[in-house]
Amino acid sequence: MLLKLVLRNAFRHRLRSLLTVLGMCVAILAFALLRTVVSAWYAGVEASSANRLITRNSISLVFPLPLSYREKIRQIDGVKNVSYGNWFGGYYIDRKNFFANFAVETESYLSLYPEYLLPDNQKTSFYRDRKSCVVGRKLARRFGWKIGDTITLTGTIFPGKWDFVLRGIYRGRDDTIDENQFFLHWDYINETLKKTVPRRADQVGFYVIGIAAPELAAKTAEAIDRTFENSRAETLTETEKAFQLSFVSMSEAIITAIRLVSFVVIVIILVVVANTMVMSVRERAGEYAVFKTLGFGSLFLAGLILGESLLISGLGGAAGIALTFPAAKTFAAAVGNWFPVFKVEALTIYLAVAGALVVSIVAAVIPIWRVVTVRVVEGLGRIE
Amino acid sequence: MEENSPLVQIKDLNKSYRRGNQIIPVLDNIALDINEGDFLALMGPSGSGKSTLLNLIAGLDQVDGGTIEIGGVEITSLSESELAEWRASNVGFIFQFYNLIPVLTALENVELPLLLTGLSRKERREHSALALELVSLEDRMDHYPRQLSGGQQQRVAIARAVVTDPTILVADEPTGDLDRTSAEEVLQLMDRLSDDLGKTIIMVTHDPRAAKKAHTMRYLDKGELTDAPEISFTECL
Ligand SMILES: Nc1ncnc2c1ncn2[C@@H]1O[C@H](COP(=O)(O)OP(=O)(O)OP(=O)(O)O)[C@@H](O)[C@H]1O
Ligand SMILES: [Mg+2]
Repeated sequence: MLLKLVLRNAFRHRLRSLLTVLGMCVAILAFALLRTVVSAWYAGVEASSANRLITRNSISLVFPLPLSYREKIRQIDGVKNVSYGNWFGGYYIDRKNFFANFAVETESYLSLYPEYLLPDNQKTSFYRDRKSCVVGRKLARRFGWKIGDTITLTGTIFPGKWDFVLRGIYRGRDDTIDENQFFLHWDYINETLKKTVPRRADQVGFYVIGIAAPELAAKTAEAIDRTFENSRAETLTETEKAFQLSFVSMSEAIITAIRLVSFVVIVIILVVVANTMVMSVRERAGEYAVFKTLGFGSLFLAGLILGESLLISGLGGAAGIALTFPAAKTFAAAVGNWFPVFKVEALTIYLAVAGALVVSIVAAVIPIWRVVTVRVVEGLGRIE
Repeated sequence: MEENSPLVQIKDLNKSYRRGNQIIPVLDNIALDINEGDFLALMGPSGSGKSTLLNLIAGLDQVDGGTIEIGGVEITSLSESELAEWRASNVGFIFQFYNLIPVLTALENVELPLLLTGLSRKERREHSALALELVSLEDRMDHYPRQLSGGQQQRVAIARAVVTDPTILVADEPTGDLDRTSAEEVLQLMDRLSDDLGKTIIMVTHDPRAAKKAHTMRYLDKGELTDAPEISFTECL
């Protein structure tokens, strides 16, 4: 009987209930999508290895380090191998076509990143050809590049048009790996600079350092920075993870805003559901008074109201969660270039379920409290 | 008249309402005895406190002073939840505006008070069907209140009031919202409840026709209870 009452009460005002269910659905969908955007943002951090350190100029990433540091770093305890590179900052045809492109010391770099899977023959032809490049699978698909194509990038940091022959397309070892990157030969850029702007030659934007074990990270990083203390270019060494985080944190404000909005959405829907519940319960004040008159206790009335709230929020929440997956897919297809990884996480779903639950319970609290505390005679008075 | 002690005994009953810092006395040292099987009509001008008195007898409100004893239970000393439990098994309610639950069918409305008893689902159905038969609505079991006329709704309400076989039936202007024919049907029904089934009924009414059905008549005015049926008749007519 209680169930029957809950069910029939919930859909007494069909339009009002449907609108509330719809609102709940949209809110949960928005919540889940926004959270997925945030986790996509951090995907690069999650994928970073604990076995790699990044050394850069302690003043700012914009300032380079001398190439000569390479040998000194190699001799420090705990260091296994060293590679280096520069943010190239070129674009393809149009400035809007953003993707990450790095000029790196090719062989040492790829050996430090075993998660980029590249066939051996492509690897050797990439190493052999100074004017060549390697790109991620998604990037190649985006621009329709095939092996052997000549790709022209326009430099922003290194001015001019640069031609590269595509020698390899890498895959990620798993779906947390960014397949939207472009790698070219640091040597090629450096040779050119030697001829055109010699004072900018033999400079490195960052060093990537492979260490024997993650436990050595702190000690090794400290040893590296100590080596270059009081020199012309002091260094800042941190784990790759920390380095990635420092990138992400540049946009920390935006991330925080998105996070905040995702919770604001929940608060808004809470207000909407609470409003629906308060309205419904007020209209039925007389009926609840009849239940009380007949001797029904507070628990029964609370069950009646909470059940209705749970049903409405539950329906909306379930629909929202169900729609999250196709929506995330569509969203990823539209903006996938910005997010190497775009996946709905289990935690997001748990949070969405918890959100819907909290909303339905909190929305029921005020009406329950009102119905339970109002005196029977006054409740009856409302219909007379 | 019966010689054994009355079913309802009301002594020194006081009740006043507070409006802001003004205290409005409604009932002033009321004393009233109602015997088992009696059918009492409570009359009086509007605002005289009839509903207030009825609600106190039915255990819906708290007294300010005095005692009400019903069937040996002093309900004025019960707590809120004890009172609710007592109401569920001892009082049948009939309201002016029927107060059926709109999302429940006639049968389900009648079944409602039985949810608070230990009866099985099947027993509840049987009892409810029987009660609906008593009010001649067995063919309207699956109708919702909005599909029934006012008089039919009031008869469903009466079935709901008697289904638990309560100690007393209280009715607050049961015919107040009905046309003459429906009112007559409802009154005949209450008459039968009293005469054939021996129910104890306390009814508040403005309607002299309704009052005539009752065995006893009491008149409430200015907080005091009198037996002055003649005056009430002329005033109400
Ligand atoms: N909750 C309340 N708060 C304040 N005053 C109240 C309250 N309930 C009733 N009263 C007052 O108590 C008095 C008696 O009210 P009651 O409803 O018992 O009268 P009544 O005899 O049933 O009137 P009617 O015939 O119009 O139904 C009235 O003056 C009313 O204004
Ligand atoms: Mg009244």
